Amino acid sequence: MRYSGFRVLAEGLGGNKGWRPAWRDPEPKAEYDIVIIGGGGHGLSTAYYLAKNHGLTNIAVLEKGYLGGGNVGRNTTIVRANYFLPGNQEFYSHSLKLWEGLEADLNYNVMHSQRGLINLFHSDGQRDAFARRGNAMINQGDDAELLDREGVRRHLPYLDFEQTRFPIYGGLLHRRGGTARHDAVAWGYARGADRRGVDLIQNCEVTGIDIEGGRVTGVQTTRGAIRAKKVGIVVAGRSGQVAAMAGMRLPVESHILQAFVTEGLKPVIDHVVSFGMGHFYISQSDKGGLVFGGDLDFYASYAARGNLPMVEHVMEAGMTLMPMIGKAKVLRSWGGIMDMTPDGSPIIDRTHVDGLYIDCGWNYGGFKAVPASGWCMAHLMATGEPHAVARRFRLDRFATGHLLDEEGTGSQHNLH
Amino acid sequence: MRITCPLCGDRDRREFYYYGDAVYADRPAEGAAPEAWDAYLHLRDNPAGETRDLWYHEMGCSAWIEVTRNTVTHAVLATRLLAERGQTGEGGPSGEGEPKPRRKGKPE
Ligand SMILES: Cc1cc2nc3c(=O)[nH]c(=O)nc-3n(C[C@H](O)[C@H](O)[C@H](O)COP(=O)(O)OP(=O)(O)OC[C@H]3O[C@@H](n4cnc5c(N)ncnc54)[C@H](O)[C@@H]3O)c2cc1C
Ligand SMILES: [Zn+2]
Repeated sequence: MRYSGFRVLAEGLGGNKGWRPAWRDPEPKAEYDIVIIGGGGHGLSTAYYLAKNHGLTNIAVLEKGYLGGGNVGRNTTIVRANYFLPGNQEFYSHSLKLWEGLEADLNYNVMHSQRGLINLFHSDGQRDAFARRGNAMINQGDDAELLDREGVRRHLPYLDFEQTRFPIYGGLLHRRGGTARHDAVAWGYARGADRRGVDLIQNCEVTGIDIEGGRVTGVQTTRGAIRAKKVGIVVAGRSGQVAAMAGMRLPVESHILQAFVTEGLKPVIDHVVSFGMGHFYISQSDKGGLVFGGDLDFYASYAARGNLPMVEHVMEAGMTLMPMIGKAKVLRSWGGIMDMTPDGSPIIDRTHVDGLYIDCGWNYGGFKAVPASGWCMAHLMATGEPHAVARRFRLDRFATGHLLDEEGTGSQHNLH
Repeated sequence: MRITCPLCGDRDRREFYYYGDAVYADRPAEGAAPEAWDAYLHLRDNPAGETRDLWYHEMGCSAWIEVTRNTVTHAVLATRLLAERGQTGEGGPSGEGEPKPRRKGKPE
């Protein structure tokens, strides 16, 4: 069923009796050409582009819970292309271009809103670093504007500019940056993949990977064995465990990242504001809730919930930056399991097993990457060759020294 | 989360700096093969369950502590001084290679 304004009108007049489920709930078949493990944003977009770009449709996505129950439905939805290093730049630039055509492509409203992202800076040194980053973004073909303090004040008059610890010197404005509705991105890709014949199998946990003579032959699941010619591991925070089923030890440590949302308020914050020095960033959802978060809890964790010290720290940082939010009531907080790599950049590559591929290491920036990651993972699985914009996301780059350390913080997983 | 420092007793998690997996205490010998350095710096078992990692009692006695804890429940199961671990012959810091805490700022 195609969605359109006319359809909404017709269904409204007809009592809304014609709507159909957005995807099927099929039984797993005994064999597929390709099995994707993980029904998050990246797994679903991989399946979608395998079908759309490469005409491969005998595919199953196996999800241990429900579609979109992982990080894709837990993130704070920032979409941007403001990376600095060659290798990351072209990838995120490609992703943002896909975002800009995504709703038309998927025939689904993912509420992509390019409301502008402002990264604040608080010293001369930081200003220089942001000027350099902005120039790199412009050279890549994306947009960036360096704002001085008055420039920031025109956009964000409600900030506390005089705070003594981190007085605001200015900001880097990325107008094409913004947000999207996270669940809708998962649902839109799920529906698009299903419509092209991909089987989306929920409540199906992969418990083993079958390998014969160095080649992958299928997977063991809680719903029985499934044979496959090719298998993609796309499980974000659970990457270490699933890769271990194929005898791999990854350059990944799983950490917890928390986020928060307040009760719905009238429109007040119309950008994404990032206050790096305070470990705080915020935007306002279309429902009115202030969506904000901070940094990792910093210790390895699979708990999908955090501890109170980081809650307190994030609230303090928010109050430092914009005291006006102090009376808003926090409705919910939650956590997600982040697949942190020792250079902060992702992996899209083949493995030592023929036919087995892996897409992981998204740290806390993988939502914006959902379109390009699926695009490049599909290219890799279909053609056997890495896509040009993801060719540096090699699994062996840590061993060979070709790291992509965007933050320049060194080989400590939790510092990226 | 509270962590029992072997010297100072039961303390708030905020007094400690987290460094990472206890593998950091097993620094390869100077001439070790590149694979050994890759494994030491980058590769992790990353268990969902019991793990051992290194914490520094930054706002206390400055001891490096090996903490055995559960990554799913956040329960702290055991702690001991990293120095003691070295004495039991299971490997330990080389002296000059003691991890140093670092800080940085940046969300999202
Ligand atoms: C609080 C928070 C804020 C964030 N903010 C941003 C942001 O503003 N911008 C941004 O770009 N990124 C952000 N991120 C990061 C982003 O959400 C992730 O990097 C991205 O969603 C990870 O990819 P995914 O969607 O495929 O993961 P997931 O949705 O976690 O998908 C992985 C799936 O694999 C399934 N799975 C695991 N093991 C198995 C198994 N054995 N068998 C079958 N299925 C399995 C899981 O159930 C899960 O559904 C944030 C993350 C968090 C937690
Ligand atoms: Zn102590």
